Amino acid sequence: MSATGIGASVRRKEDIRYITGKGRYTDDINVAGQTYAYFVRSPHAHAAIKNIDASAALAKPGVLSVLTGADLAADQIGGLICGWMIHSKDGSPMKAGGHPALAQGKVRYVGDHVCVVIAETYAQAKDAGEAIVVDYDVLPAAVEMADALAKGAPVIHDVATDNTCFEWHLGDKAATEAAFARAKHVTKLDIVNNRLIPNAMEPRAAVGDYDMGTDSFTLYTTSQNPHVARLVLSAFIGIAPEHKLRVIAPDVGGGFGSKIFIYAEETVCVWAAKKVGRPVKWTGERSESFLADAHGRDHVTHAELALDEKGKAIGLRVHTRANMGAYLSTFASSVPTYLYAPLLSGQYDIPAIYAEVDAIYTNTAPVDAYRGAGRPEATFVIERLMEVAARELKTDPASFRRKNFVKSFPHQTPVIMCYDAGDYVASLDKALELADYKGFAKRKRESAKNGKLRGVGFSCFIEACGIAPSAAVGSLGAGVGLWESAEVRVNPIGTVEILTGSHSHGQGHETTFAQLVSDRLGIPIDNVSIVHGDTDKVQMGMGTYGSRSGAVGMSAIVKALDKIEAKAKKVAAHVLEASEGDIEFKNGKFTVKGTDKEIDFGSVALQAYIAHKFNGQELEPGLKESAFYDPTNFTFPAGSHVCEVEIDPDTGVTRVVNYVAVDDFGELINPMIVEGQMHGGIAQGIGQALLEGAVYNKEGQLITASYMDYTMPRAGDLPSFQTGFTSTRCPSNPLGIKGCGEAGAIASPPAVINAITDALGTEDVPMPATAQAVWRAAQRMRAAQAAE
Amino acid sequence: MPVVSMTVNGKAVSADVDSRTLLVQFLRENLRLTGTHVGCDTSQCGACVVHVDGKAIKSCTTLAVMCEGAHVTTIEGLANGAELHPMQAAFREHHGLQCGFCTPGMIMSAVDIVARKGNVLDEATIREELEGNICRCTGYHNIVKAVADGAKAMGAGAAKAAE
Repeated sequence: MSATGIGASVRRKEDIRYITGKGRYTDDINVAGQTYAYFVRSPHAHAAIKNIDASAALAKPGVLSVLTGADLAADQIGGLICGWMIHSKDGSPMKAGGHPALAQGKVRYVGDHVCVVIAETYAQAKDAGEAIVVDYDVLPAAVEMADALAKGAPVIHDVATDNTCFEWHLGDKAATEAAFARAKHVTKLDIVNNRLIPNAMEPRAAVGDYDMGTDSFTLYTTSQNPHVARLVLSAFIGIAPEHKLRVIAPDVGGGFGSKIFIYAEETVCVWAAKKVGRPVKWTGERSESFLADAHGRDHVTHAELALDEKGKAIGLRVHTRANMGAYLSTFASSVPTYLYAPLLSGQYDIPAIYAEVDAIYTNTAPVDAYRGAGRPEATFVIERLMEVAARELKTDPASFRRKNFVKSFPHQTPVIMCYDAGDYVASLDKALELADYKGFAKRKRESAKNGKLRGVGFSCFIEACGIAPSAAVGSLGAGVGLWESAEVRVNPIGTVEILTGSHSHGQGHETTFAQLVSDRLGIPIDNVSIVHGDTDKVQMGMGTYGSRSGAVGMSAIVKALDKIEAKAKKVAAHVLEASEGDIEFKNGKFTVKGTDKEIDFGSVALQAYIAHKFNGQELEPGLKESAFYDPTNFTFPAGSHVCEVEIDPDTGVTRVVNYVAVDDFGELINPMIVEGQMHGGIAQGIGQALLEGAVYNKEGQLITASYMDYTMPRAGDLPSFQTGFTSTRCPSNPLGIKGCGEAGAIASPPAVINAITDALGTEDVPMPATAQAVWRAAQRMRAAQAAE
Repeated sequence: MPVVSMTVNGKAVSADVDSRTLLVQFLRENLRLTGTHVGCDTSQCGACVVHVDGKAIKSCTTLAVMCEGAHVTTIEGLANGAELHPMQAAFREHHGLQCGFCTPGMIMSAVDIVARKGNVLDEATIREELEGNICRCTGYHNIVKAVADGAKAMGAGAAKAAE
């Protein structure tokens, strides 16, 4: 392994600009003549708009325009879309309510976009926004899913009078019922998977620009997938055809899913740039991120696990209500369906599974993919069930899981997925060792001496990522293919530019992708640059989410590099006056088999462009290749996490005293970066388990709308983590990699809750298990013990 | 509009500003020093931390006019030319950043922690002292390592300079 090749913990190339303050994020970009947008947002969860009086605002200094949903309609700008069609059990298509970028007649959640003020400065736009008088007819709101499903509930979208977007199912109902009929033991759980607010540290932002000379638009935006943004803005919303619309996502300060989606603000900025004849900039304030970024999770689930007399899982049935919020966001419908139920089998051999999911509209912010997207919810269900089942059967939860693991591959689950490779026993064993599971009982006694409750919890997670085979997702309702593209441009002096449709917003692609190229072509890593995030440079791409950039994005690069090598061999054969079949390429040198003739990669590149040594009619000059890679399967990262907590029953404060994660991501490109992804994911999952939860009051006001109220994990809330790896090579892609971006957030919430419930001796602990919730549970247990 | 004058990263600067202009807006918009970021609107996240007269402050909660005559250091002023500040170098070495958005504030806070708490920092101290800086990417694991190591390196650098 070279110091900069595959498998090396190369220090990141992109870091220099970030640590010196030279990053270039969307808000850092100013376009000459730019104006500023301020969005007037609904203060009501549900209201009809009777009138918008902008006259006072328009008279304010610096104000250029106030635009409303009527202006969008007049320009025939379409609404925001949801790109994944789900059909209900009865075969009917999901009921997608209209989603205009600016309200047309009605607002449906607090923070919904009423109109936009455009002014010379942001302060002027904001001041003028205060002067706009909106006459609302306030309607009753359905805030909780139960409210939305109640008899006589307010109707949020006319297309869904029962506020139900779809009633979907997956699996074999009859086989599952039969398994339950012969079960010796059934474990039942009611679960609330708490609503989260993603909170990438960079708030969303957009700068829209229109060039009258070429009749073309440019949008700078905080996007994880600028090409998808262009496609949607062009083909569905109708801003401009793709060749007249350039979307640039420069440095992006974190995404976690929330920057996949095509939102109202970005749409309005690019459209308004032509309306006002000046560039239009909007930078979200954090309060706006809380109100109007797509939220995550928010499931209410009843789940049952059937076990036979030997403690073997034989059936699983799940009913979930998933909160969609007030509108269907870009990929919202896929999250509680195909990203959720196919993972309910976990790492276990469960022959019969049946899942039902009802998607419900409420008067809250739209809910869509957030780190893990569906898979954390599925993992929470199965890992809580496994832990509780082991407790009910009075068996060791680790051994119980081991007994039920899938042990031979490939393994076809009853819910779509075919697991291709893994060794779940190896990960669990290594995690038990790192966690010193054997020493737990002693540590628990020590804690007890100090009046503390200690618990240990497991989570043996699996996820499906490397999203995704295009035809497969197409058959499940996806409106797009989920391949990735790459272009390799070799310059005449042998330096290389890689153009990728993946987008880096913290993942370190500029380093890992360059490692791959350096390794493959035998050139210094500094001779490789990665170009991404600009639709004028990279022809097409699907972006970064679903832990797909390694497994799919890098595979596309491999495919293009294969073509580069093949072409370069032809050039080398001419230069070395040998037959092409005798040319070998290794360590950056082309050699002729059985001779000492050689030429390095850079010299071949030069010869490819000079084109003196070969006939340009027979072999094209130049050295540039591109490829589209469509995966053949999902990838299946898996691992075992062990969490140990200590609880102070007098205060309810839970301290995570040890957290072990042993994951199998297949081959690793850069272990340092992979570990970093694990750390971040685990922290977000611990955040979900202990601290984070979006709370709306009865009127639909988001009362956790700032960092004063929504508890982000801070350094003092978390421990250092112990990470380890096991490895089974992924058979479906050329690099053997599985993806690591979401694993931590998927695995950790059940590990933490299992530890807390173990410590307290009750399963009745909500998530987030705040100090107050844990204290209440501890008091209940004390009272129960005293009563005995 | 009031005129405000201060020294930023060693350079004297002066501008007419709207009196409500925040220091961070002055730095980002007037001086185009865009390394200092705004991550929230409640003075919680710390992406905007800069040094004013040697102390870490949140530039999102400080009016530019309050810094009249002050010496301000931003992330852009931390390195010595092409030579990274030891804390910057430690963040890179320990992979203490991912998306980079919180990083300038983290580094400026870390340098301030060292100034107040010395060059030998244990994990508990670092975690407590980072209370005013939020990172969503790293889970803080590598930031803690970077701060500890950067603090040591700052001490070694200072000792070397004193020789």
